[in-house]
Amino acid sequence: MADLSVNFAGIRSPNPFWVASGPPANTAYQAHRAFAAGWGGVVWKTIGDPIVNVSSRYSALNITGARMLGFNNIELISDRSVETNFREIAEVKKRWPNHAVIASLMVETRAQWHEFVRRATDAGADGVELNFGCPHGMCERGMGSAVGQQPAVTEKIVSWAREVATIPIIVKLTPNITDITSAARAARAGGADAISLINTLSSITQVDLDTLVPEPNVGGASSHGGYCGPAVKPIALNMVQACAADPTVGLPISGIGGIGTWRDAAEFLALGATSVQVCTAIMHHGFRIVEDMLEGLQAYLDSKGMTRVGDLTGRAVPTVRKWETLNLNYRRVARIDYDRCIGCNLCHIACEDGAHQCIDLVAPEGRGTGPGRLPGKPIPQVREADCVGCNLCSLVCPVEDCITMITQDPGVPEMSWTDYQEKLARGEMPPIPPHP
Amino acid sequence: MPTGPKLDAAAIATNMAEIHPPLSPAAAVVAAHRCLFCFDAPCIRACPTGIDIPSFIRKITTDNLAGAGRTILSANILGASCARVCPTAVLCEGACVLHSRGESPVEIGRLQRHATDYVFERQLQVLPSAATATGFRVAVLGGGPAGLGCAAELAQLGHGVTVFEKRPHAGGLNTHGIAYYKMKPDVSLAEVEMVAGLGVEFRRGVEVGRDIPMANLERDFAALFLGFGLGGGRRLGIPGENLPGVVEAVDWIEQLHTRPLDTVAVGESVAVIGGGNTALDAVNQARRLGARQVVVIYRRGVDDLPAYDFERQLALQGGAEFLFYTTPVAILADAAGAVSGIRLAATRALRTGDPELDRNTAQVMAVDMVIKAVGQEKPGAILRQLLPDLALNPDGTVRHDATTGQTNLPRVFTGGDCANGGREVVNAVAEGKRAARSIHALLTGKAVTGPVQSSRAGVTGNPWGAGFDQPIRVAPVARKHSSKEDAHGGPVR
Repeated sequence: MADLSVNFAGIRSPNPFWVASGPPANTAYQAHRAFAAGWGGVVWKTIGDPIVNVSSRYSALNITGARMLGFNNIELISDRSVETNFREIAEVKKRWPNHAVIASLMVETRAQWHEFVRRATDAGADGVELNFGCPHGMCERGMGSAVGQQPAVTEKIVSWAREVATIPIIVKLTPNITDITSAARAARAGGADAISLINTLSSITQVDLDTLVPEPNVGGASSHGGYCGPAVKPIALNMVQACAADPTVGLPISGIGGIGTWRDAAEFLALGATSVQVCTAIMHHGFRIVEDMLEGLQAYLDSKGMTRVGDLTGRAVPTVRKWETLNLNYRRVARIDYDRCIGCNLCHIACEDGAHQCIDLVAPEGRGTGPGRLPGKPIPQVREADCVGCNLCSLVCPVEDCITMITQDPGVPEMSWTDYQEKLARGEMPPIPPHP
Repeated sequence: MPTGPKLDAAAIATNMAEIHPPLSPAAAVVAAHRCLFCFDAPCIRACPTGIDIPSFIRKITTDNLAGAGRTILSANILGASCARVCPTAVLCEGACVLHSRGESPVEIGRLQRHATDYVFERQLQVLPSAATATGFRVAVLGGGPAGLGCAAELAQLGHGVTVFEKRPHAGGLNTHGIAYYKMKPDVSLAEVEMVAGLGVEFRRGVEVGRDIPMANLERDFAALFLGFGLGGGRRLGIPGENLPGVVEAVDWIEQLHTRPLDTVAVGESVAVIGGGNTALDAVNQARRLGARQVVVIYRRGVDDLPAYDFERQLALQGGAEFLFYTTPVAILADAAGAVSGIRLAATRALRTGDPELDRNTAQVMAVDMVIKAVGQEKPGAILRQLLPDLALNPDGTVRHDATTGQTNLPRVFTGGDCANGGREVVNAVAEGKRAARSIHALLTGKAVTGPVQSSRAGVTGNPWGAGFDQPIRVAPVARKHSSKEDAHGGPVR
């Protein structure tokens, strides 16, 4: 059985699954419930000078009946007192000494940063996470993403925390920035031990078409919110990989963004994360989701012969390369399994109107009889010679394994765009003719 | 207890509640999201009227219910009643590709109802206004589904249309003959009003040949559409058939639609003769009106029942009993002249499939009501009077071209039960609509083609696409026997 425990920049945790700083990590009560359910760590809801929240606070993007695929909030940092938060951290840490408790912090002045880092340490926190990511409300006051978007400011504030910190410093990065690695490098330059990403994306999820006010509606007005949930996972994966692949960043990564299952978590680990943090999925389904995450990751690691989480961390990072290095001579085409085809013809219309017009509707005779296919009703057929291997048909096909992408042997050696440019320059080959 | 009303109005209202209640708006959206939005969708091809089902369902997901209603009603003017009475399991839903993924099909019928209810409850005008008037006038004989399908299409194409309906209300079997728990008559009457709203003139209570000479119609109208359905119930030809307490299924069901339900007489023990869908409609309604025992008398076996299997299941759930390989030989009366029993004999299924009466097995079952449902008379007799030159089929239905609905008389078209011998409402609408397009072509020289999903021609050059003009049949509603009479389980003589 693979060992799920992790050592994240010196912070030990029985597993890589942490509750991210947010509404589920607001109280000792919730932390107790989280640890009892199986979570390995809790990153406390950000502590800072007391704030006041508005009502309402959340909105969601629902797609074809699936709810909360995207989620948006305009809630600020903790609205509880600083004393209460640090007291409860101490209580939780006392009861769960082997679990990770990290204090998320957001204050303004050097003196305040010193004070809050010390108080977190005194409370027994295993580390601090500097919230440089929140894109709403706090940034208007010069905190949160206002810090994270300016590498020089990031570096300066991290260095303030570093001056007094005896526990690991994690810097939480905002994705609302052109180059995430510049922020990561600034965190390192300031003395951070690790980074966590991504915080939420600036967003407006929807406009109420009756009131013409976006949601969440606060008395007839809304505000730019922070976007998270399953919809942001691809953005988060991209940024995690970018930081993991950059040797000038070189910090452990806690992956955040749209994680709700062990499969999501495994993808973040494979792209360079050492631990992962979850918030929206808990807000949707409760702490109980961790049971499947633990079992699933364990089983996956075992099935791959990996003995610890670290064996997975970063494994997929080197497979993300510059486009110009990809093999132009690699070729695959779509193939339809007529014993599975149900005759919905979605592949046809997708290719016809949205891709390369190489799936025809033809008479069904002689092409097998899939389940439920109607006699005489035309069925799709790929013209392989014209198929560019774009994958679209296999993505729209509603039947598992009905359309597969078949790799074809091109009979010629690998050649990247870079190779191609060099061969052209050397006169070793004529230009590849444009697609008709 | 003698034959008569059995239950009070409240109990009947409970019993007669719709078996397929409407979807809530939230449930409709969930149901609609299950649709894969197939291209060249098999459900469209399985619909005789070619409704663009994926399109109207997609519109439901976006709360564009008026648009969904337009998609439905522009293809099938009786989309609201078809949503309730269509045998969707063997039509659109039977063709749904989700079956092939091991899932239940999209609830097309209930979604169609959701969209059409929205339109009718708000009395929205979703159909485009009629084309420029052509100046032609067309007479439609019979205001049932075929006549309405024809009239609505003609009116939308710009023709003047007059519907001659002998009853006080139009709608035909949709108004008078649908099982009450499937659809109440007000749905059909609202559809008639919608057709009237398209500019169609209705002359109700007017029977052609009795109240107005056929010659006048031939003189005053550029074309005629015959859509007056079937005649009265076929006779059993056995003793006791004329006793009070012996009723025709269609007549009895019509009573349910024209009188308060708590005044409709039903027996304590009812024998229903026949195994078709009308027979089972009678069975289910007799039970719901309070009959204690209802027995279906059918002369073949369970696998031969012409009724849809889901109708049989409904009857079984309602507590009906089935006597197979059995046929009535006499209906008996008590001293007061009321039905007291029915003498039955066993039939033997021979290899030919034709039942043979075994007269040695006669037995008497005590019943106080007999409902006959062994098919309806074909309209041959009245047609011979009205249009002596009209060519008929040997079974008494109107001979016609299946693709145009045209009869041997060039200006006379037909559709619905009088032409097809008795099929579904949706078939009648489709045949009426098809005949209307043929009439339009005859009168104006311009062809009308239905909206068909566009698709680039395949490599074979054939323009594929589902729609009204390319119908297919999924699960054949085929008769299991060569002759209709056999299928309806008429008595062996």
